[in-house]
Amino acid sequence: MAEIVSLAEGVGRLVHDGDVVAMEGFTHLIPHAAGQEIIRQRRKDLTLVRMTPDIVYDQLIGAGCARKLIFSWGGNPGVGSLHRFRDAVQNEWPVPLEIEEHSHAGMANRYVAGASGLPFAVLRGYSGTDLPKHTDTIKQITCPFTGEQLAAVPALNPDVSVIHAQRADRAGNVQMWGLVGVQKEAVLAAKRSLVTVEEVVDELEPVPGQVILPSWAVTCVAEAPHGAHPSYAQGYYDRDNAYYEEWDSIGRKRDSFEDWLREKVFDMEVTDK
Amino acid sequence: MSTTTDAQTYTSDEMMSIAAARALGAGQRCFVGIGLPSTAANLARRTHAHDLVLIYESGTLGSKPDRLPASIGDGILAETADAVIGVPEVFNYWLQPGRIDVGFLGAAQLDKFGNINTTVIGDDYANPKVRLPGAGGAPEIAASCREVYVVVRQSKRSFVDKVDFVTSVGHGSGKGDRERLGLPGAGPTLVITDLGIFRPDPETCELVLSQVHPGVEVEQVREATGWDLTVSPELSRTDSPSETELATLRALKEAK
Repeated sequence: MAEIVSLAEGVGRLVHDGDVVAMEGFTHLIPHAAGQEIIRQRRKDLTLVRMTPDIVYDQLIGAGCARKLIFSWGGNPGVGSLHRFRDAVQNEWPVPLEIEEHSHAGMANRYVAGASGLPFAVLRGYSGTDLPKHTDTIKQITCPFTGEQLAAVPALNPDVSVIHAQRADRAGNVQMWGLVGVQKEAVLAAKRSLVTVEEVVDELEPVPGQVILPSWAVTCVAEAPHGAHPSYAQGYYDRDNAYYEEWDSIGRKRDSFEDWLREKVFDMEVTDK
Repeated sequence: MSTTTDAQTYTSDEMMSIAAARALGAGQRCFVGIGLPSTAANLARRTHAHDLVLIYESGTLGSKPDRLPASIGDGILAETADAVIGVPEVFNYWLQPGRIDVGFLGAAQLDKFGNINTTVIGDDYANPKVRLPGAGGAPEIAASCREVYVVVRQSKRSFVDKVDFVTSVGHGSGKGDRERLGLPGAGPTLVITDLGIFRPDPETCELVLSQVHPGVEVEQVREATGWDLTVSPELSRTDSPSETELATLRALKEAK
């Protein structure tokens, strides 16, 4: 059964130095509060996994928490580049960042294999691209029935997956709706999971298109109101598009990023509920 | 650059979006990349192709936004969709089996065979001159859609002889390559830029200039092309944007 904990406790207990950590939320329900808590607790040597390492990973990478990134698209959506990510890849600042690069279809299938308890997934992908030359987790496989050449990618089984959802009940059952990306797969693929939610409620009222993660499939649930900001939580708040624009100038320079880190992460009062 | 025709002034970017929108037909199912492709696809849906089905990789089938989405995950795409689905389903059930007519992509670099680079600039992957965002959904969109349209601002830097990195395959190194690689779709059949429109030569698959936008000279296109450009013997000129097209595009861009 999922335990209801504070965000600080959840990160403290579930995310360790050197872990493989997946934080998912495809443009919606991005676990930003949890990301900043990981920075605040000064985790290091993490292998970060995420299809779209946008601002949430730019922050973790800039803060020096990551040793490696497994991903398929690293940009500031609708704005441009991730400057901390680029600085890490091009200049090894603040620490070198190893990358393992896939396509979205490859990453999604790696989570599906992980959630399914299979060692790898098969897809029709990557053929003719330069990705397999640089990513050794892309191999060719021959279909034993038709002889077709296909791509094989290994399962992702993170030490811990972190996602954000709209609600949980007091027993720790999690409810989310709207764009649900690969969150379910990421949680089911992981050894441990932390789900932050907008609110913990007495009863989960059904919502069209909802995904429910039963309490027994989740390790810890933490209430983190506004925990997806600057991304959005459908039914709670909209995407803060201005923040994404603003991040371009904050993240562009090491100085301005470090100022941000001090002011908005390390100096923030953490309220433990 | 802006061009004046009759009583209208418009930018080359507007001409590009309008030319790209015109390429989309009614009833087509279109997998839409963000940025220029999304602008064009939404314009098409609001001008001549009202039943164009927009599919976004964030997990929406049949989105009908009344403004331009700020990102592929903009809430308006989910709220106005026929169906909202998980990301593995987008790629495995909808894209991979060939259910999508047109993949509409942008590019940082595009070469003469329509191969797309959105990964790194420079020839050393480990020490790139510029690190770009990466593949996203594009490699499989380019592989599995029945055809691919690319929309890109054209310059010698973006229109190159050979891409530094093949993120998404166009026509590989020429005719027959897609079949050899087992790529089911036809690949890029149309490339729309701010200067004109290119189509692959049926014999070689090399991109050939087939249309120039109003006010653009062939010489200008040649100067903005990183290979020895071939001009189609049937070169034509793009119609200027209509008042309706311009007004609709501007209203879309202004809507919040």
